[in-house]
Amino acid sequence: MTGSKMEMTGAEMVIEALRDNSVEDIFGYPGGAVLPIYDELFQQDDVVHVLVRHEQGAGHAAEGYARSTGKVGVALVTSGPGATNIVTALQDALMDSIPMVVISGQVPTPLIGSDGFQECDTVGITRPCTKHNWLVRNVDDLPRVLHEAFRIAQTGRPGPVVVDIPKDVQFATGEYVPPSPVTEQKSYQPKVQGDLDAIREAIKLMGEAKRPVIYSGGGVINAGTEASHLLRELVQLTNIPITSTLMGLGAYPASGKNWLGMLGMHGTYEANMVMHDCDVMVCVGARFDDRITGRLDAFSPNSKKIHIDIDPSSINKNVHVDIPIIGDAGHVLEDMVRLWRASSTNVEKKALEGWWEQINKWRARNSLAYAPNKDVIMPQYAMQRLYELTKDRDTYITTEVGQHQMWAAQFYGFEEPNRWMTSGGLGTMGYGLPAALGVQIAHPDSLVIDIAGDASVQMTIQEMSSAVQYDAPIKIFILNNQYMGMVRQWQQLLHGNRLSHSYTEAMPDFVKLAEAYGCVGLRTSKPDELDDAITEMISVDSPVIFDCRVANLANCFPMIPSGKAHNEMLLPDEATDEAVATAIDKKGKALV
Amino acid sequence: MNAQHKPTGSAYFIAKETEKPETRTLSVLVDNEPGVLARVIGLFSGRGYNIESLTVSETEHEAHLSRITIVTNGTPHVLEQIKHQLERIVPVHRVVDLSVRAHEKGHEKPLERELALIKVRGQGDHRVEALRLADAFRAQVIDANTEHFIFEITGRVSKIEQFISIMRPLGLIEVCRTGVAALNRGAEGMEA
Repeated sequence: MTGSKMEMTGAEMVIEALRDNSVEDIFGYPGGAVLPIYDELFQQDDVVHVLVRHEQGAGHAAEGYARSTGKVGVALVTSGPGATNIVTALQDALMDSIPMVVISGQVPTPLIGSDGFQECDTVGITRPCTKHNWLVRNVDDLPRVLHEAFRIAQTGRPGPVVVDIPKDVQFATGEYVPPSPVTEQKSYQPKVQGDLDAIREAIKLMGEAKRPVIYSGGGVINAGTEASHLLRELVQLTNIPITSTLMGLGAYPASGKNWLGMLGMHGTYEANMVMHDCDVMVCVGARFDDRITGRLDAFSPNSKKIHIDIDPSSINKNVHVDIPIIGDAGHVLEDMVRLWRASSTNVEKKALEGWWEQINKWRARNSLAYAPNKDVIMPQYAMQRLYELTKDRDTYITTEVGQHQMWAAQFYGFEEPNRWMTSGGLGTMGYGLPAALGVQIAHPDSLVIDIAGDASVQMTIQEMSSAVQYDAPIKIFILNNQYMGMVRQWQQLLHGNRLSHSYTEAMPDFVKLAEAYGCVGLRTSKPDELDDAITEMISVDSPVIFDCRVANLANCFPMIPSGKAHNEMLLPDEATDEAVATAIDKKGKALV
Repeated sequence: MNAQHKPTGSAYFIAKETEKPETRTLSVLVDNEPGVLARVIGLFSGRGYNIESLTVSETEHEAHLSRITIVTNGTPHVLEQIKHQLERIVPVHRVVDLSVRAHEKGHEKPLERELALIKVRGQGDHRVEALRLADAFRAQVIDANTEHFIFEITGRVSKIEQFISIMRPLGLIEVCRTGVAALNRGAEGMEA
């Protein structure tokens, strides 16, 4: 490895490329086809390897790591089942635009296609669930491919990539080439600067608007901390109300005075009404997902729409927009702030007084209200207390998928970006626990809490063992209602309350389970004991499983039922049994 | 502006399609690397787009570039998506909608040609008639014995389809078609 020529094996190249791409931690699981790389890992200290218990866990941990740091998450898995086990995490990262590099072992090149032991067509299987993937058949291609993998994962719209390396290529020797500052790739040149004329037009439209709204998404988080600052500046300059998707929470602070709360299916009344009644909508780094728009032909019927997105295929995909701006949210927001300041069409803040008056009326509707209970912990109450007791700390929140996820999004106020890790697009139950592990590895001194459901958490519970091994004191806060709560809620709404297989009859004892893993288990079912228990959970310096027994049959409201528009929300105080039973008509039931 | 009545690709809300489908010819310049065709085809099948015809071959040997010609149909909204989704594929250099480009230049369609090999078996009058028609269509005889002909025909898709249907009663055995190759008229290349 001396001199300008760096001869080394493929396995050494992998480690060298990780170093050169500033990778400090990777998540993985060894197996036959990656043993040469594991052997190299063993003989160095620069790259720390975190051993998971299942490759899906490695994928989600890498996602959590990436989402909380803004860096690329890296996972290392073996061929065959190692690769197939990480497919869920790849698709999850693809849908939520998370930068991730997965390195997989493959059977030796002469055996490819022979149905060899632990062989699968990894590039074939992962082609539709990655941004790009490679099978490296020649060791001389390996350094270039590895550097390209990192570049593609984190530039443009971020996403997961897979580099599949046959075992003989890991053993073969070749010349290592460090990453080149100039890209040699001719295809794939993502555009980051927005078109200035389009931005000017957008600023003019925003200046003239009477009922504007900013609807921001995960793209702002991906664009880096500076983009969130610029978003805040733009909101402050324009006094435009702002709502966000599930993925975008934290870009604008929940305590900010222009904050409307999350929008969409379980968003607030005010956010959805503003979306419906606005005259100018500024969508920044979001993609008009079906959980956001509700009924498309009744979606914000009277507004001009501005859409800022780095991915041209997001423009006009679901909703026709009037001013598309293709570029990185950070760059475009910077131009917007600058042009707004320079603009002569600057409206006085008074111009939006009428709009804010209306918004305050909607806010007064208090759409997140729930009936408090002295005997049983309401899940919403648990979220409120968890928030109150952790908000002044250096806290990161991950979630699984279901009712608890929506309650967390509704009741936990995020003040900063990169503090909220959740599976939005794919809706992967089992995401939160390994994601919390990844976050904790990146932020060893922070408080990392996985807000979980009793059903979701069991999908990847084995990663508690990894958390114990690496002294990662993650807190698994389970809202335990014995049901797959969101499934049960939909069965109640759509299927005559026939609760087909949504009740977990043999729930494990989570406290004993925690003890079995060598960590701490806590349980409470009484509202007046909740605060003390949460305080204890925070003070424990080891992983904790917190079994928070909550009201079993609580529903998550407000809700836009299937086939309905933003202004047809089902609000908690209107959600009587009868209203719930008839909320979705026959046509809506077919849609889901 | 009103939200468009468009399907979301999700089962959440499916609006009625009001746009009419159109046929388009796309030219896609890609790196000639393993799997690139699978990426393109996988995109079409995964997102439910139509392929009417597809041809692919390396066209710039030095630069390792291949050119894929795809004839597809869909509503203008879907066609816009197809173009953008193709452009997301990393080894794709450029996607040109030849049909749109032809219209911009005042032509009805891009230049489109297809080649077909057609095997016909027969005796007596059928044989004579097949040979006479082949001549009228400017099809070449590239293989023959006393019982059969294989014709090679090049031309627009409609011409080939017409020739095939005429051959059917004369003893058509089998057909092999290349799919459409297409370029736009004029001096400019794809980059223009």
